[in-house]
Amino acid sequence: MEPASKFDDVTLLEQARALVTALESGNDVTVEHMLDELGRKREQHLFQELGKMTRQLHDALNGFAVDARIVAMAESEIPDAKARLNHVITMTEDSANRTLAAVENAVPIASALQEQANALHEKWSRFRNKDMTVEEFRAMSKEIDHFLDVTKDHAEVITTNLSEVMMAQGFQDLTGQIIRRVITLVQDVEENMVGLIRLSGKGYSELKAATPEVAPRPVSTTAMMEGLGPEVPGLSDTSESVSGQDEVDDLLSSLGF
Amino acid sequence: MDTDMKILIVDDFSTMRRIIKNLLRDLGFNNTHEADDGNTGLPMLQNGNFDFLVTDWNMPGMSGIELLKAVRADAKLASLPVLMVTAESKREQIIEAAQAGVNGYIVKPFTAVTLKEKIDKIFERLAATAG
Repeated sequence: MEPASKFDDVTLLEQARALVTALESGNDVTVEHMLDELGRKREQHLFQELGKMTRQLHDALNGFAVDARIVAMAESEIPDAKARLNHVITMTEDSANRTLAAVENAVPIASALQEQANALHEKWSRFRNKDMTVEEFRAMSKEIDHFLDVTKDHAEVITTNLSEVMMAQGFQDLTGQIIRRVITLVQDVEENMVGLIRLSGKGYSELKAATPEVAPRPVSTTAMMEGLGPEVPGLSDTSESVSGQDEVDDLLSSLGF
Repeated sequence: MDTDMKILIVDDFSTMRRIIKNLLRDLGFNNTHEADDGNTGLPMLQNGNFDFLVTDWNMPGMSGIELLKAVRADAKLASLPVLMVTAESKREQIIEAAQAGVNGYIVKPFTAVTLKEKIDKIFERLAATAG
């Protein structure tokens, strides 16, 4: 509370004297009028103080909201973010290994095809130049038969491995969604830190309109409708999720699909 | 099944659109088009005579579930078959998509076999109800 300097001492004194004079002279109308005026002044001052206190309370509560948000971040969201980023490492590692394994499967087969084709090509050239015995020709015919069989199978294996390489690239979408969530958290932390610095740097009463708006956490259904991204193992919210396509199919067939 | 059918693939990650496009091509579907979220996808659907929609759920702008609801609410598009291919795996979300009228739901990561199965199933069922 500020000192009662709002009351102009001189005016007050004058008014008090005038009031005494009016009382002594029995001037009831003037007395009533002067008492009203004095009371009004007092009320005005009281309301001003009350207004200030309300503002301080409001700012303090906002400050508390910032604190609570930061506590929530430190307690659960930052550890969650770490789990998410670790999962990203696992997923990228798995994809890299899947890709490398597929390449390692396909390359020897492609090389073998190339070698056999080269060998046959050499023999075929000799045959075209009529530089081949009948026995050699019979042997080459068998080789060609065998080569065609093998090529069919090998081409299939190579195609399968190339598909595997393609499917392994799905990690970019899945990890991208996870990283995007972590970026949102980092932004959230940044905004709240700025809010906290503002709070500690200024007196509460100076804050007024400068108090940062603390964004309410989205209600879970809203977040769900926007999309949550891939499940991350080890995080608390995995219980309500399906673990794979079979469970999706079971759930949908239970709904009459 | 008509392999000439016009298909729209909606996903915000271009790598995933490319994977789905390649898988569809392997299944014989070459008439594929792409959009990166519901906001760009919906006008394409409204003006493009598409026969099939494959969409992700979690996208900035208009999400896949909103796109599905917009499609079902649009008289011209209401009967368009929609397959969702998404990482969203909450039971509540799958039920939501089913109630919104999705024709198939695939969770990522998925396989080429799963994609083929679901597409076959969708068009088998459509053929059965049409006949």
